[in-house]
Amino acid sequence: MLDQLFVHATRGLLTLPGRMLPPALNAWVGLLLPIAAIAALAPAVMMYLTWLERKIIARMQNRLGPNRVGLFGLTQPLADGVKMLIKEDIVPAGADRLLHVIAPVTALLPAILLFAVLPVGRNMAAVDLNVGALYILAVSSISSLAVFMGGWASRNKFSVLGAMRAVAQIISYEVPSVLSVVAVIMVTGSLSLVAVVNAQAEGWFIATPWGAVAALTFFLSGIAEVNRTPFDMPEAESELVAGFHTEYSGMKFALWYMAEFLEAFAVCAFTTTLFLGGWQGPAWPVWPWCLAAALVLASARTLAGPLRLLGLLGCAWAAVALRSEVVPSWAWFLLKTYALVFVLVWLRGTFPRLRADQLMGFAWKFLLPLALVNIIAAGCWSVWPGLRGSLIALGLLVGSAWALIRVNAPASEQRRTYVLVE
Amino acid sequence: MTNAALKTDLLEVNLGPQHPSTHGVFQMTVVLDGETIVSLKPVLGYLHRNHEQICEDVSYIGCFPYTDRLDYFCAMTNNFGLAVAIEQLGGIEVPERAQYLRVILAELTRLVNHTAVTGFLLNDMGAFGTPLLYAFREREKILDLFEMASGSRMMCNYIRPGGVREDVPDGFVGRAQEIVAAYPRFLDEMETLLTENEIIRQRTQGVGVLPKALAVNAGITGPMLRASGVDYDLRKVDGYGVYPRMRFKVPLGTVGDVYDRYYVRVLEMRESLKILEQALKELPKTGPALSAKGQLIGRSPRTFRPPKGDAYGRIESPKGELGFYLVSDGSPQPYRYHVRAPSFINLTVLEDMCRGQKVADAIIILGSVDIVMGEVDR
Repeated sequence: MLDQLFVHATRGLLTLPGRMLPPALNAWVGLLLPIAAIAALAPAVMMYLTWLERKIIARMQNRLGPNRVGLFGLTQPLADGVKMLIKEDIVPAGADRLLHVIAPVTALLPAILLFAVLPVGRNMAAVDLNVGALYILAVSSISSLAVFMGGWASRNKFSVLGAMRAVAQIISYEVPSVLSVVAVIMVTGSLSLVAVVNAQAEGWFIATPWGAVAALTFFLSGIAEVNRTPFDMPEAESELVAGFHTEYSGMKFALWYMAEFLEAFAVCAFTTTLFLGGWQGPAWPVWPWCLAAALVLASARTLAGPLRLLGLLGCAWAAVALRSEVVPSWAWFLLKTYALVFVLVWLRGTFPRLRADQLMGFAWKFLLPLALVNIIAAGCWSVWPGLRGSLIALGLLVGSAWALIRVNAPASEQRRTYVLVE
Repeated sequence: MTNAALKTDLLEVNLGPQHPSTHGVFQMTVVLDGETIVSLKPVLGYLHRNHEQICEDVSYIGCFPYTDRLDYFCAMTNNFGLAVAIEQLGGIEVPERAQYLRVILAELTRLVNHTAVTGFLLNDMGAFGTPLLYAFREREKILDLFEMASGSRMMCNYIRPGGVREDVPDGFVGRAQEIVAAYPRFLDEMETLLTENEIIRQRTQGVGVLPKALAVNAGITGPMLRASGVDYDLRKVDGYGVYPRMRFKVPLGTVGDVYDRYYVRVLEMRESLKILEQALKELPKTGPALSAKGQLIGRSPRTFRPPKGDAYGRIESPKGELGFYLVSDGSPQPYRYHVRAPSFINLTVLEDMCRGQKVADAIIILGSVDIVMGEVDR
């Protein structure tokens, strides 16, 4: 019941106009409803991603993060939105006015369009496109155009440098990203994302050797494509001020930001869909593990009393919920996606940035060959089912990864010695 | 189409004076070929405050609050340097307890500076503030100590000719010992995160190499010189104060790149902790913290008229050799007052280190030089 809540709600909403409108118009309403839902949810998702990121990073840095506006700073994103709206909108002198305005919109549009083919839950994809995988790869690459447009139109040297880096980076990382999706398509035999999720009913792809590698390459190149740490070269704050969006202010800046966050969310969502089973629950029973966790928590004496109780109750509840399989499919999807979002934020709070040339080297010298080998591994895995294929794939991947690491290692092992003089 | 047929142009970019990682209002005019630096010109003077001229118009002791604002991370050592110069000029003795307090405060300042500069370096490398905030957490504890002693966290104005302004309050030594005892744990934590970090090693090793000969010829001092492998530390060379009684070592690098400068600073902090342990243990329990003459100067500054002549007092500040050159004409204020600012002189080799590197490297090379614009521009 809970699982199909939104599906039923949509159907219910459609019956009312269905009685009053001619059938041709009714079809339009049926199309518009998911569009409206996506258009309304996208900004909300983005706003709370900023809140989430600020809160999580703050905890990593011994700070509290936003906590003045509303409970736990929950209305901070709204305040930020209002601030952005009333800020002055500046177009630099000598800039290309038209392109300067169009660029952020061009960036945001594909980011929202991506969500059209996303299966959020059972029967919950707005459109089940039969070329869904191709669609996401194509649409997501539009953003490089927008970034270059924005950087070029700003008439600022930092912007041009940032845009230059962005285009080089996005194009480079698209190659391993596409190649890692190829493995999934090969095994599934379909380009439709709904079919990809259905194919993972007996086991998530990440649990296979080729799936683990493909997930890693896809996620890493995804991070690079949306310019996030440690690949945030195009907007490297310490070098290029703000990179391609240096000259943007007010709502146009907010649009850039929104595009970036939505794309980051999309990377997590598609990694979930392609490799983590999408809206599918785990294929193996996990409730015994939750029960075990509850027992461990109950016996842990180092934790504070209320915390222990909370953890115990949470784990016990999770075990019961998993056992009776009442967790709705969309909740599984969101859970997995937000876990990946947490990883993104975690990386941001931890890593320094690579240099532009090292970043390109990583894409071409490591990710690309690995993704190529991975396609072969995926082929082996599907040709020889069972343990034999898995072992062959595993051997191939481990061997090539080891070789690549050896080849790419710096020529001389940089061990330093330091003298301590009296 | 070959490369020669393509018309390419050099790009001139102004990094600064309003730029997130120029450590204040510093400007670098960088000529870029793609991302590679062809030439780099530092532009100085945005923070010029006429420090030296102002100090020639006030009494000797009136200069001290101004020195706090030179390198605002290291107010204590700035005071220390000027005090040493004035003591040479006026022949003022410093009591034993004050000597120890000075060493303690100077080494604490070194910890503050090196911790913060490592955090800033990581920020320049693009880490989203986390290392910096870890560093600042430790810095706060030491600043609390400074507040305990001087009443101010950053603008201390505490060390003065003849000793220190007033004795430290009860509990100061105990708290300092606690901090010193807990510090190695923080350094270990920091090193686990940074020293073997693959990204950091890739970014810093072999970047911004400063050859030994150039370092010596350009008059570079401090950790930057020692990272290039030159054994020169004024605490050993001059042996001012009670440093000769302390047992500590001087860490030296081999390559002289950004990584060496980072690691030499870490090692220096460990040595500073050794000095602090000894100094806090040996600090005389009683005795004046300010000599009689020092007290007199404090009460009526304009009665202090050093004999005609000049003096150059120098100490090893966290950034290098901090020197004060004073000329007296027998009047209550210095006739000539000059600061040898280590940040400024260490900055002179910036272009030599940056040429041929990528633009992203220029930022971390600047970060590894460790400048504070208050001291560079004065």
